[in-house]
Amino acid sequence: MKLIQNRRAATDSWQLFKPVPAEGEAEVTFTAVPAEGDAIVPLAQWQQQKDALLARQGRTGVWLDAHEGADLIAADALSLPLIALNFPKFGDGRSLSTARLLRERYGYQGELRAIGEVFRDLVLGMHRCGIDSFALRDDQDVDDTIKALEELPLAYQASVDQPLPLFRRRAG
Amino acid sequence: MYIYDEIDQRVVDQRVAQFRGQTERFLAGKLGEDEFRQLRLRNGLYVQRYAPMLRVAIPYGILSSKQLRMLAHIARKYDRDYGHFSTRQNIQYNWPKLEEVPDILADLATVQMHAIQTSGNCVRNITADHFGGVAQDEIVDSFVWCEIIRQWSTFHPEFNWLPRKFKIAVNGATSDRVATHVHDIGLHAVKNEQGEIGFRVVIGGGLGRTPIIGPVVREFLPWQHLLTYLEAALRVYNRNGRRDNPYKARIKILVKETGLETFRAKVEAEWALLKDGPNTLTDAEVQRVEARFPKVAYLSLPAADAGLKRQLESDTAFRNWHQRNVQAHKVPGYAAVTLSLKKTGVPTGDATSAQMDAVADLADQYSFGELRVSHEQNLILADVRQSELFALWEKAKAIGFATPNIGLLTNIICCPGGDFCALANAKSIPVAAAIQERFDDLDYLHDIGELDLNISGCINACGHHHVGHIGILGVDKNSEEWYQIEIGGNQGETRQGQIRNPLGAAIGKVLGRAFARADVPDVIERLIECYLARRDSDAERFIDVVHRIGIEPFKESVYGAQSAKAAASGSTAPALSVPA
Repeated sequence: MKLIQNRRAATDSWQLFKPVPAEGEAEVTFTAVPAEGDAIVPLAQWQQQKDALLARQGRTGVWLDAHEGADLIAADALSLPLIALNFPKFGDGRSLSTARLLRERYGYQGELRAIGEVFRDLVLGMHRCGIDSFALRDDQDVDDTIKALEELPLAYQASVDQPLPLFRRRAG
Repeated sequence: MYIYDEIDQRVVDQRVAQFRGQTERFLAGKLGEDEFRQLRLRNGLYVQRYAPMLRVAIPYGILSSKQLRMLAHIARKYDRDYGHFSTRQNIQYNWPKLEEVPDILADLATVQMHAIQTSGNCVRNITADHFGGVAQDEIVDSFVWCEIIRQWSTFHPEFNWLPRKFKIAVNGATSDRVATHVHDIGLHAVKNEQGEIGFRVVIGGGLGRTPIIGPVVREFLPWQHLLTYLEAALRVYNRNGRRDNPYKARIKILVKETGLETFRAKVEAEWALLKDGPNTLTDAEVQRVEARFPKVAYLSLPAADAGLKRQLESDTAFRNWHQRNVQAHKVPGYAAVTLSLKKTGVPTGDATSAQMDAVADLADQYSFGELRVSHEQNLILADVRQSELFALWEKAKAIGFATPNIGLLTNIICCPGGDFCALANAKSIPVAAAIQERFDDLDYLHDIGELDLNISGCINACGHHHVGHIGILGVDKNSEEWYQIEIGGNQGETRQGQIRNPLGAAIGKVLGRAFARADVPDVIERLIECYLARRDSDAERFIDVVHRIGIEPFKESVYGAQSAKAAASGSTAPALSVPA
């Protein structure tokens, strides 16, 4: 896993768990999470197995798919060490709104990680929306992607990394 | 135009550097075709039928003469010596080389221009009333608000990967000259009873394959809350807009499928949490932006120029041009002039580098070095002294930009169509040319009166055919080009005060089965004859008659009484025989 945390190459202690796709009428099932080790589980698994997951020795984080809104994890956000947001497709920006809402509205301070189509030229926007950790797509270069975070250092809008819009700073 | 400060300049320069890197990585094989496509589109670069196409932003349509000369330079140096002014007030180059695009962008940046967000699923160039700042019915200067929105939307981190493209228009006057109701968001400035300025917010209008007249989501939004409200609306769209089907991804579909009341409630609920936050606009910021638009040093002149009066009396051709192409101005002694890019035989909206240079000279000489591009694809000199209109007219004639047809049938809005565009189903430029040739008798044209005729080469409706009084749509049937005709569309009333029955924005109704290209001028002529026979006076426009009597008589005039019913049933019988 290629990982960038806080603008640096990092090694990953977390394991990502995906739901087992349902066949026919069957309900989605979840992969069993071992007692040890840090695990990132799907939102639905978290909702169903919260107590069991928390009873493990390893830490538990939750990942939201792009259609799952920040409000669905808001109640637990402050106690979670990691939330991951999925970018299922290049160009799907739904999780950008989720990221801002988690940071700005629900006060989430922990690690916020992008998973899925995490591509060099997309990380800057993600970072500005409050994502501080990037599980890169396999073909991406870690060092080159870190450079992308330095592009466009000037921005007009308020965002998570710069809570005041430029016009309020310009005026100051 | 807005003059950049050092920060604005750096924003554009850093984007040039970023895009140069992306292009180099693509050319070196380090960036895949699909990903580069998404990235280059965010900088206006398409790959078209024959070559790349670069769309350069002309923010809300304003240009300085210096910028226009740069556009001419780019046409000469990197392209085939011409450019195409689009219906979104931008300019497009049809023949640039991919590897030279970073250099083009660097040249543009030297005159405070760019191609940022001229394509892609993000907030596009904001369009504005082309008589902003000079119209007699002005409420606010729309350009100031456009610039504020431009800055807010440029590289917005949250809204750069929307479900689909997003077009915002700002209208600052009583009349609607930006087609507020057919944009993703239309903002129409209003003054409330207390004399406070705000915006009527229209969301979810649009053209394309699902034309919709956008509903009013908020009647009065105080100006201070403009950006927080936009953030709320865009956030609701970004989270909920459909991404499963690009044809159903525009905000108009979300508004329609959600229902107006529910959609409004969602936006208002989101806004309640953003309202009064840091994005709330301040007097200081509005004044700062306003001050960066150079003040025009108007002279104190009499309201009516005596010399102009004599010239109008003695020269019929000048009088015709003045009647059609000259607009009243809020400052006494001045007028706004539209240079028509709709001369018969020239593709709509096209201008050569020599013409651009010549217009830049005219702008310097007669209009404080500034001009505008209108969404009707003409150029406007907004601040001309009445006493200089005659001299300007003679010079405009010399470069072929004085066709007296503004507001008339031959002032056709037309997309590039199948001659250039990879999306088109049919050609549009030759259709426009054939109609212009058919209606080349100026007296007849003036007798017909105001008429918007719009042509699109495909269902994407870049030529705004749904809001033409007559709209023509190119369609493909078994690999042949056919043309469907609509009547009764209206972009909104652009000339309030001069129109007897102000109509709101309306989508045209399809007459019936499509026509072969060669038959289109005949069909238009029949529609015009039908109108002339039924109007109650010269003051009743084509569009007024359509709305008064409905489309049936027009159908009959085109298909004959017998076949009108068959045509209405949607039969696609290709063999049109318009009776001679």
